[in-house]
Amino acid sequence: MIEIDRLEKSFGTNRVLDGISLTVRQGQVVCIIGPSGSGKSTLLRCVNGLESYEGGEVRVSGRRVDRRSPEIRTIRREVTMVFQRFNLFAHRTALENVTEGPIYAAGESRASAEAHARELLAQVGLTGKESAYPSQLSGGQQQRVAIARALAMRPKAVLFDEPTSALDPELVGEVLTVMRDLARQGMTMAVVTHEMGFAREVADHVVFMDRGRVVEEGRPAELLTAPREPRTQDFLRRVLRPLE
Amino acid sequence: MTIAVTLCALVLSTLLGVVWALMRTSGKRWLEWPAMIFTNTIRGIPILVQLFYIYFVLPELGVDLNAFQAGVIGLGIAYSAYMGEVFRAGILAVDAGSIEAAESLGMPRARVLSRVVLPQAVRIVLPPYGNNLIMLLKDSSQASVITVAELSTQARLIASSTFKNQEVWTMAALLYLCLSIPLILLVAWLEKRFGQR
Ligand SMILES: Nc1ncnc2c1ncn2[C@@H]1O[C@H](COP(=O)(O)OP(=O)(O)O)[C@@H](O)[C@H]1O
Ligand SMILES: [Mg+2]
Repeated sequence: MIEIDRLEKSFGTNRVLDGISLTVRQGQVVCIIGPSGSGKSTLLRCVNGLESYEGGEVRVSGRRVDRRSPEIRTIRREVTMVFQRFNLFAHRTALENVTEGPIYAAGESRASAEAHARELLAQVGLTGKESAYPSQLSGGQQQRVAIARALAMRPKAVLFDEPTSALDPELVGEVLTVMRDLARQGMTMAVVTHEMGFAREVADHVVFMDRGRVVEEGRPAELLTAPREPRTQDFLRRVLRPLE
Repeated sequence: MTIAVTLCALVLSTLLGVVWALMRTSGKRWLEWPAMIFTNTIRGIPILVQLFYIYFVLPELGVDLNAFQAGVIGLGIAYSAYMGEVFRAGILAVDAGSIEAAESLGMPRARVLSRVVLPQAVRIVLPPYGNNLIMLLKDSSQASVITVAELSTQARLIASSTFKNQEVWTMAALLYLCLSIPLILLVAWLEKRFGQR
């Protein structure tokens, strides 16, 4: 579904992705963990074509992702994105946030887009909030609108970039619940997260990234409980017991 | 006449201003530079000088404009530079995350602009836009220097024929205020209506 092959990306002299390879198969949930600045966001942004890259290749369903090619818009509709800071359209209601893509990117009729959007808002637990503006919603509610917006394109996969990192602790659970349900329904997902509990329970595969490379990857039970690499051990120790 | 000149110049300067702003935020140098040079030049020249230029120099180049046309074009172009700056600031102030979100859904560039960038920019831009509008109204009196029959000109005519300077000029000032106050109220109302969120 998503193939990342020896991907290289620099910002000036700062080499952010250093020949990283990663595959997400259909129906798989891959969690990406790693210290801040290791290139996780950049990796997801390359898959969605929000960043260009210099070396290697990203393919979605076998097609090369190139942010300058006209095909990029089709690819973006197939692999949508949920951002750390929600990035909702502040001037539009929850319902409009969800219908915007189907109507103006996919050319769907307003009636069918709205019907679908209502279903999706119900699915993320926001029935009754259709006409609320983002500023009237809590962070957790905003992120659930953003998830509904990403799903409205009927994507084949969804990319999540630290979807709960900007939330107050008591609001994290409601977003993770929605994501867990989505995974159960068989959605293909790539999730950058520091929520180790979520990774352990939901992920099929966990990737530990550092300095633009994959340091270690494997099944969550193995990688999260018995990591082989010292850098992974060190990182997990700090994430799980930050005060020690 | 003041109202007609103001309205026509407003439409012209708004349309042109949007063009300058889009050029200057396009990220393409061959669009950014001409717009930047144009707007900065215009902003650096007093409006009166620009009006004289249009009214007296253009005819020598074979372009004949009546006073009304000259006023509208002169004010419209001059204000397009100010409007352009205001719009540019508004576009730059739009939350970049929402633009990326629209792109990430596969929206075409033109749609990102019309559905996400401009509607949010309008809300940001309204107060300074209203301010420009009021200045434009007042500057329309400058068009009179090139004989558009408008308030101050008529006041001067009346004043010189009746010698009642104080009454006539006070009257003129009050009339301008009467024109400005509804505009100020309109802008306040627009801000309340669209400015929130
Ligand atoms: N637009 C950008 N311009 C310059 N440097 C950037 C940009 N985006 C990210 N970087 C740099 O790339 C590195 C990786 O960033 P990022 O992918 O956000 O890491 P992570 O998501 O793992 O924290 C960081 O050093 C960051 O400073
Ligand atoms: Mg990040």
